[in-house]
Amino acid sequence: MSAKPKVGFFSFTSCEGCQLVVLSMADKLLDLLGAVEVVNFREASSFKSDEYDVAIVEGAISTVHEIEELREIRKRAKILIALGACAHIGGVNCIKNFANQYEIKKEVYKDKASHFDSILAQPIDAVVKVDYYSRGCPPNRDGEEFLEIVTALLQGKKPYIPNFPVCVQCKMKDNVCVFHKENPITCLGPVTRAGCDAACPSFGNACIGCRGLVDDPNLDAHQQTLSEAGLTTEDILKFYRFLNGMMEVGK
Amino acid sequence: MSKDLNINVHHVARVEGHGNIVIDVKNGELKTVELQIVEAPRFFEAMLKGRRYPEPPQITARICGICAVGHTTASLRGLEDALGIEPSTQTLLLRKAILEAETLQSHVLHYYFLVAPDFFKASSVIPLAASHPEVIQRALRMKKLADDVITVIGGRHPHPISMVIDGFTRIPTESEIRGLLTRLKESLDKDIPPTLELFASLKFPAFERKTDYVSLKHPDEYAAYDGLIYSSETGETQPRDYKNKVKEEVVLHSSAKHAKGPFKPYMVGALSRFNNNHDQLSPAAKEAAKKLGLVAPCHNPFLISAAQVVESVHNLERMIYYFEELLGRGLKDESTVRQTLAGWSAKLPAVKKCWGVGAVEVPRGILFHEYRIDDDGLISGANCIIPTGQNLANIEADMRELVPRILDKPREEITLLLEMLVRAYDPCISCSAHLLKVDFV
Repeated sequence: MSAKPKVGFFSFTSCEGCQLVVLSMADKLLDLLGAVEVVNFREASSFKSDEYDVAIVEGAISTVHEIEELREIRKRAKILIALGACAHIGGVNCIKNFANQYEIKKEVYKDKASHFDSILAQPIDAVVKVDYYSRGCPPNRDGEEFLEIVTALLQGKKPYIPNFPVCVQCKMKDNVCVFHKENPITCLGPVTRAGCDAACPSFGNACIGCRGLVDDPNLDAHQQTLSEAGLTTEDILKFYRFLNGMMEVGK
Repeated sequence: MSKDLNINVHHVARVEGHGNIVIDVKNGELKTVELQIVEAPRFFEAMLKGRRYPEPPQITARICGICAVGHTTASLRGLEDALGIEPSTQTLLLRKAILEAETLQSHVLHYYFLVAPDFFKASSVIPLAASHPEVIQRALRMKKLADDVITVIGGRHPHPISMVIDGFTRIPTESEIRGLLTRLKESLDKDIPPTLELFASLKFPAFERKTDYVSLKHPDEYAAYDGLIYSSETGETQPRDYKNKVKEEVVLHSSAKHAKGPFKPYMVGALSRFNNNHDQLSPAAKEAAKKLGLVAPCHNPFLISAAQVVESVHNLERMIYYFEELLGRGLKDESTVRQTLAGWSAKLPAVKKCWGVGAVEVPRGILFHEYRIDDDGLISGANCIIPTGQNLANIEADMRELVPRILDKPREEITLLLEMLVRAYDPCISCSAHLLKVDFV
């Protein structure tokens, strides 16, 4: 890649928190800015350009218009990186996919429902080829992993992404398993790809699966654990569908 | 004067979310004034229906990357109101501190990164980093401090991990709080004076339009975490009666429903809070208002940014106060006396059918979350009213009054002024396109 690759940030259906995490990487951001040329970052800049080498895309796809825009971005970009859970696995947006689409639109927009463009929410790789994923909701380790991925790419290296469950990193931190707390909390750590340093269980709460499933998850055993802890089958489905509604193993 | 003017700003930059400004003037007559919200509709309230009752805070945090803590807090307060739970003093102090931190990071991001470039005639903060490195270093330092407070209490920023019904899944350590306290005091001494100097030197556009200023109001403090709904025109409303003050309307050019008061558009956010509650600002924040020449009641929406600067000083002083209180009381693990309920707690106490409302001041104004819980412990109805949705009608009313006054200026200047006006409100469009009200049965 040339000395100063042009980078564009793009945002689809999301909270735009991923871009904010990037903006928040204070000191490190200024270093990164020396190595790349940011040509499109609407949230931070009114300058726009249609030429870029790397497209960094946050958000899920949930309108027909977004499909068209994303295809256009893919055409122009040499490398496309999905940033965050919405772009990677669809994220929280996919919860709505399990409700009657006509009904939910009608409930919001009444008789004007047909006016608003809305389709089932999907991860961006349902529409275009994605070269790299920066996982998490929000991007993990305060954006450090994202920075590592971009740095590796700039050096022509393949970014390292762990392929073992969150439980491994959780144990390494000597946490008491949240299933075994006095008031037990159920957890998706056993089937979720590590790389977050088990942020949520380390803070006393459940892993909610924001990094997607590990390559070879033991889903049967996990479901049994959840049901022994007291969740009904319906609860278990809801838990998986919090962020992993469009569940795909090993992505 | 007869003049034709057609302005269409596609995707206003340096605002959160996707919005367009459309102005159409024919023969000097204003035909169309619209702030179009083109963010994809998100259907959050529909997502909540049928979920277990402790889940909404984690789901609704993901409405917004800037005010995730605000959504979490409003959600917790709505649920606790429904369930009749009163959290401990320690929980309240921690929640109030993290809320101040979130407002600070949002304000800093807004006035330094999104507003200031307009005054330096720069397209973004990136060229400013080269031309005014000390300004950007300071902005990043202040933002980092606020983010770190959120991370210490909430576990990360955005989308806090630890905030659950009736408490926290982890309590910060004393040394973490002490570390933050030192940095907060330093920031007040070192970052605030040059910030005030900079913003006192900027010339904000002169434009006044009196409107209805709506915020929370609390007898004991500059309202943020709780209080009554207060309107400068119509007085007080109980949070549970919020629908008497706020009504959402479907407007075809916007996927964000417009919220309007019963009579006319109103403003929420930093300037409304300042106008309604300026007497309760912290001492240094009152001084800051004087330095910036901000006097209540202020009717210039461009000065929302100035009110945000004033509030940042207040945010710092309040965090210092809450942290000193917490250290004075000693931080306790309360898990033995209280059963905190996380979204995925394995065993949930049975509940009876109930409903509740949480009203919280977040960076851009009052945020309402309403929940209805059924006997089976599942959410049967939810409604979230977002500050930006409440401001949209007011922004359009401002544009309608501003455009005729500036019609003789060159097109670029008109466009810039309108963009600056929209940006002054700090609209959070991904938030307001949450859109969907589930009708309660």
